[in-house]
Amino acid sequence: MNKQTEIKSNVVILFAGDSGDGIQLTGTQFSTTTALYGNDISTFPNFPAEIRAPQGTIAGVSGFQLHFGSQRIYTAGDAADVLVVMNAAALKANLKQLKDGGIIIANTDGFDAKNLKLANYPEGVHPLKNGSLDKYKTVEIDVSKITRAALADSGLGTKEMDRSKNMFVLGYIYWMYNRSIENSITFINEQFKKRPELIDANIKVLKAGYNYGETVEAPMQRFEVKPAPVEHGTYRSIMGNQAAAIGLVAAAEKAGLTLFCGTYPITPASDILHELSKHKNFGVKTFQAEDEIAAITSTIGASFGGALGITTSSGPGIALKTEAIGLALMLELPLVIVNVQRGGPSTGLPTKTEQADLMQALYGRNGEAPVPVIAAYSPSDCFYAAYEACRIALEFMTPVFFLSDGYIANGSEPWKFPASANLADINVSFAKNELKEGEKYLPYKRNEKLSRPWAIPGTKGLEHRVGGIEKENETGNISYDPENHEFMVKIRQAKVDKIADYIPLQTIDNGNNKGKLLVLGWGSTYGSIKTAVKEAIDEGYDVAHAHVKYLNPFPKNLGEVIGNYDKVLIPEINNGQLIKVIRDKYFVDAKGLNKIQGLPFSAAEIKNKIIETLTN
Amino acid sequence: METNTIEPKLTGKDFVTDQELRWCPGCGDYSIIKQVQTVMPELNIPREQIVFISGIGCSSRFPYYMETFGMHSIHGRATAIASGLKATRPELSVWIVTGDGDSLSIGGNHLIHLLRRNFDVNVLLFNNEIYGLTKGQYSPASPYGSVTKSTPMGSIDFPFNPLALCLGANSTFVARSMDRDPIHLREILKRANGHKGTSMVEIYQNCNVFNDGAFEVFTEKGTKKINTLMVEHGKPLVFGEKSEKGIMLDGFKPVVVNVADVSANDLWIHDEKDQVKAGILVRFFNKPSDENALPRPFGVFYTEDRFCYEDAMSAQLVEAVSKKGKGNLDALLKGNNTWTI
Repeated sequence: MNKQTEIKSNVVILFAGDSGDGIQLTGTQFSTTTALYGNDISTFPNFPAEIRAPQGTIAGVSGFQLHFGSQRIYTAGDAADVLVVMNAAALKANLKQLKDGGIIIANTDGFDAKNLKLANYPEGVHPLKNGSLDKYKTVEIDVSKITRAALADSGLGTKEMDRSKNMFVLGYIYWMYNRSIENSITFINEQFKKRPELIDANIKVLKAGYNYGETVEAPMQRFEVKPAPVEHGTYRSIMGNQAAAIGLVAAAEKAGLTLFCGTYPITPASDILHELSKHKNFGVKTFQAEDEIAAITSTIGASFGGALGITTSSGPGIALKTEAIGLALMLELPLVIVNVQRGGPSTGLPTKTEQADLMQALYGRNGEAPVPVIAAYSPSDCFYAAYEACRIALEFMTPVFFLSDGYIANGSEPWKFPASANLADINVSFAKNELKEGEKYLPYKRNEKLSRPWAIPGTKGLEHRVGGIEKENETGNISYDPENHEFMVKIRQAKVDKIADYIPLQTIDNGNNKGKLLVLGWGSTYGSIKTAVKEAIDEGYDVAHAHVKYLNPFPKNLGEVIGNYDKVLIPEINNGQLIKVIRDKYFVDAKGLNKIQGLPFSAAEIKNKIIETLTN
Repeated sequence: METNTIEPKLTGKDFVTDQELRWCPGCGDYSIIKQVQTVMPELNIPREQIVFISGIGCSSRFPYYMETFGMHSIHGRATAIASGLKATRPELSVWIVTGDGDSLSIGGNHLIHLLRRNFDVNVLLFNNEIYGLTKGQYSPASPYGSVTKSTPMGSIDFPFNPLALCLGANSTFVARSMDRDPIHLREILKRANGHKGTSMVEIYQNCNVFNDGAFEVFTEKGTKKINTLMVEHGKPLVFGEKSEKGIMLDGFKPVVVNVADVSANDLWIHDEKDQVKAGILVRFFNKPSDENALPRPFGVFYTEDRFCYEDAMSAQLVEAVSKKGKGNLDALLKGNNTWTI
């Protein structure tokens, strides 16, 4: 048989099947092996909202998208080159994601009458047999049959045998992309060390999948994706929520503080709690509170006591925390509020992504209540953004918003992780009693950053009271004096504004410093904008990309940067939020590109808008 | 040079701040703060180790008047704030000051969770059965039918029995006292401080502006003795002008008897460790005007030794270090699976 190998610069594979089919495992295994091989990668899992949706139905389809290449990869890919489907529902749910001419690898066992019915195909319609897939290349394999045959002598029951089906698919994809199965063998040995019979079974099926590609009498293509020219160094794979959690632990370690995380479970933020709770040996204290309000207020109590206080949530939970954020701001205590954004409003789309809580972070409180806001732009950037949020909270004695979203929180990418010694210092010191005889302690006396001292209980002579009622400057005593209130409102604003002196200037990520069009983004749209702008520049368009990480205060030069371009395009996964702030602050006629489907932008969507903007 | 200085013994005055007390003249809060400030030096806790945390309401101004660390927070959340503080600073002496609106209405959820977790803190619940700071609306502790600003035709809310609620939430220390009995209040405050776990102290407090006299049958000379029951561990439940009446249990039903008519062994002997009997005791909740009304009990009704959340939390940290070794940041950054290009 003719089995040619074609060289590809990048490939998107979408694994899809029932949530019980082991799709996430197959995807992560292929990702790890691919990263080890030296490709750049980006992944995105797509879980069903229901924990165990009915088997075989579209609601129960779990997906894992992987984009890898011999070039730099910034997104999980617009459309798939290869779609692996374990059943009819998986095909139906994901076919629109497949490029024309793409490859479908179908487990025929998942296309029996029962599965077709569960996937809502009309009676008598069989997608693999009716010519509807003619514009694709379809590889049909009866995975269940071969898996069971391979394990005929294993002594395992049919149910257990069928659990190894994903290993067959993994083996076959390894063959297709010329990848070694060794990494997965190591994984299987580790994963099932308590059940040796399953080690043998899984390895056997993995090999069966690989050998199937090698030996089957059918015209099948193989592909090769050479290593990418990524920076030399040691890498690991990281998911956004995991990166955020590690960033918080790192900040606490560098600052020499106890990390206290008061939180309440909510999708898609809970994984930060799960990750933090694994690190008790760092002195991390996680507190699963009775509700969102107790989550943040317990954290304020911990901050008052001298801990690095963190509260994690998503939009609906943040709404409940609002009053307490105002309290933290009045108390001028450090606090990091993590919002892993999801589709809203109300319960909205819990498992889908959106950037629609920017206004909530900037303005969603009663009274004049400025809070610094930092947004991560990629899974690994969640580490740095979380770390930076802690630094600002501690050095400026203020609550700080750290914004992430479902896309980067659950997405993963290779990360050239830093050495702890190379992380920025975080300067924290508790107030000491340096009072002279008869002198009164002033809890709201400010330093050059306009930040007040952190005088924690236990410090003799610094006993003082703080509260949410307006307070007199310096003494912190209750004050209803009209001039004092105006003064305090302005000084709290000035403190947040002053942070601009202590953050990096805005840089241009790609493109010229002056030109026709600036694409200005924030948060998780980074990868799509990066890819789109890169392609447009390669095609000769005069376009540049800047990505705003510090959303309050903005970098001091942001207005100047924006002013260097004739036009400004602001793509957002919302109905236009950053654009309002930019228009308000810099009086520029920026144009928006908005998508509100619970899905990230494809690079093509942004590129098309760039071309449209430049040619109109 | 090292010097050994002997700290001067603190007095109640050392716990008074320079802030002027702003409660209405005649408010029960004046007596309560006086007793708290009097008791504080006797606890032998350095001032800087003491933290008073409050929510919102008249009573919640309390921390501003205590020369300790303090926080006047937001409505209903003092209990949650104290939980986070105690979780990270177990060595501090943490006192929560709250009212019936603050802790039973807007903060009801946090209160019950504080109690079941059993953080080692003290809760002083100033119960005046009314909203004072917002000027006179009924509270979850106001009796059914209360005519208030928001209930001109009488409240149709059935009220909480606060201590029955606390006992239901597995509180490990349940006690009641009153603003008008300084000696009793000071004694209960000391007991609360001595208890390891959440000490729940309900204090009947008169709001002389919006709910004057709500507890006067329990607090005033002429009626106090016949309507109240002062319980003490190991002593029989007796009350009345000359302690002539007692409580006996008929099965699970408490009945009032004449002490002269029964033998001393037949009376209910108070046992603070008996949760079932404490459950009956906190349900002595009749209006004094009811027929066969049981007297309203005061004192420590229940105490239990149970692990505190903050100690279990610290123990897990120690266990994690003994199992995995002290956290190494570089190892955490590296993770379990790396590759080099």
